[in-house]
Amino acid sequence: MTVPAIFAARGSADRLTGLFWRRPRLLLVLLLTPPLLWLGVVYLGSLATLLLQSFYSIDEFSGVVVPEFTLKTYAELLRPANFDVILRTVVMSAAVTLGCAVLSFPIAYFAARYAKGRWKAVFYLGVMLPLWSSYLVKVYAWKLILAKEGIITWAASATHTTAALDALLALPVIGGNSLSTSYLGMFAVFVYVWIPYMILPMQAALERVPTSMIEASADLGATRAQTFRTVILPLALPGVVAGSIFTFSLTMGDYIIPQIVGNSANFIGMAVYQLQGTAGNIPLAAAFAVVPIVIMLIYLGLAKRMGAFDAL
Amino acid sequence: MLSDRPSALLKISAMAGLLFLHLPILLIFLYAFTTEERTYAFPPPGLTTEWFAAAWARPDIWEALSLSLRVAFIATLLAMILGTLVSAAMSRAKFFGREQISLLILLPIALPGVITGISLRSAFGIMDIPFSTLTIILGHATFCIVIVYNNAVARFRRLSGGVMEASADLGANAFQTFWHILLPNLGTALLAGGMLAFALSFDEVIVTTFTAGQQATLPIWMLEELIRPRQRPVTNVVAMVVFGATVLPILLAYYLTRNGSETAGAGK
Repeated sequence: MTVPAIFAARGSADRLTGLFWRRPRLLLVLLLTPPLLWLGVVYLGSLATLLLQSFYSIDEFSGVVVPEFTLKTYAELLRPANFDVILRTVVMSAAVTLGCAVLSFPIAYFAARYAKGRWKAVFYLGVMLPLWSSYLVKVYAWKLILAKEGIITWAASATHTTAALDALLALPVIGGNSLSTSYLGMFAVFVYVWIPYMILPMQAALERVPTSMIEASADLGATRAQTFRTVILPLALPGVVAGSIFTFSLTMGDYIIPQIVGNSANFIGMAVYQLQGTAGNIPLAAAFAVVPIVIMLIYLGLAKRMGAFDAL
Repeated sequence: MLSDRPSALLKISAMAGLLFLHLPILLIFLYAFTTEERTYAFPPPGLTTEWFAAAWARPDIWEALSLSLRVAFIATLLAMILGTLVSAAMSRAKFFGREQISLLILLPIALPGVITGISLRSAFGIMDIPFSTLTIILGHATFCIVIVYNNAVARFRRLSGGVMEASADLGANAFQTFWHILLPNLGTALLAGGMLAFALSFDEVIVTTFTAGQQATLPIWMLEELIRPRQRPVTNVVAMVVFGATVLPILLAYYLTRNGSETAGAGK
């Protein structure tokens, strides 16, 4: 008796397997349909409504949204009061990005080049835990730290540096009544909350800098500073740019930190939140929300040119 | 010759950096025991454990906690299903629109949360969908997909196609291969992705404020306390709980994947 070379299908599961084998596209479509439907409908659909709303305007007398295409709402963004908000947010985002880059470097460099074995794990977890742990808890911790009666004031008086702290707070623009009501305090909180996003890509980029190049640079007589400037920095730059995408975008969209710390000056995120909530001016809120999208698209375009995406 | 030892300055600043990342959180733990109720005075005038009992007796905290857990659980489940499907498709073949799809998955966390939030809210408004637990879940699942996807796709890449072909050669159909071969191999990566998604959803506040309406998840409860403090030490106790509820899954995710080339959590 001969056994057939092809077994008979044992049921619908086998028949489906055969169908998937003959038509791999079918399986692909089946796999992709649910997630794409979700993201397409829920997410892109919502983004589209937002974009649409930004071209509507609000009737100044009745406060009702007029669903007709107009660029009036975008023109309103250029009014000094609104433009200041955008400018302030962008400057703060840039400052925070710079602050994160400078503070990240020693941690990333040490973790990439010198940490071995258990220390490597300590550094990895040490950065990853703050990255993932509760955002709100971190902001709250800083409210405790920056409070007038809090630990910084206490530390300053314990080390007899109260005068230095007061001088810092007396600085124009960035100073204020206390740390928790100044730009300085807000800057510190932003840097603290977003710094892990900078450390990780920076560390990944630094790990890819070959040790042989650093040795070659030293052999050719470069000082540490020269090696840093001409070898390490250019090779690590894509990582820094990759990290800056996160720190910049996250600062620009945040509306909770400026609400809790700082002198209640408005930021884009806060403007969006207030305009859609209490003010009920959804078109202007939508137009404000489009600003970070446009800035991020430009930023991403520039970052792509610098090769930052290979460092992600 | 360049010595391969870190300079003292680098060592000190790296350690100081690590401390900078962790000390503020420890401070919250200390403040949860303070006897001072009205201000954030440091050092605390005295220590007490009464705030734990006070927090335990507050029904509004329990309600918020249960809502947060429910949302995080369902959103994680949805994200795990959708994320696995899309990562399976992306690892199988090169096809038209692949790059666009990967961008689409990334977009919900690449764009600032306030944009995701207001988009969802205006969409709900236009379609007259009332705010409910479902609207919160809808938002959370959307940005959790990418977390699961990142973990699963890395594992798929490492998994050789050979084992699946061997399974087929031995007579298994697609479903048997999925159940006996694919799932055990993906297991820890999926679990790690799920843990991270859970942590992300549990403490999300930016998108949630736009999609929650009158309901309060635990982070929203905390935000309200931050803006209008009532019982400050109770907030500290809640902050400790939130911190624990996010840190434990993260540590678990790390231990589940630490031996692979794709340790979980390297990107958020």
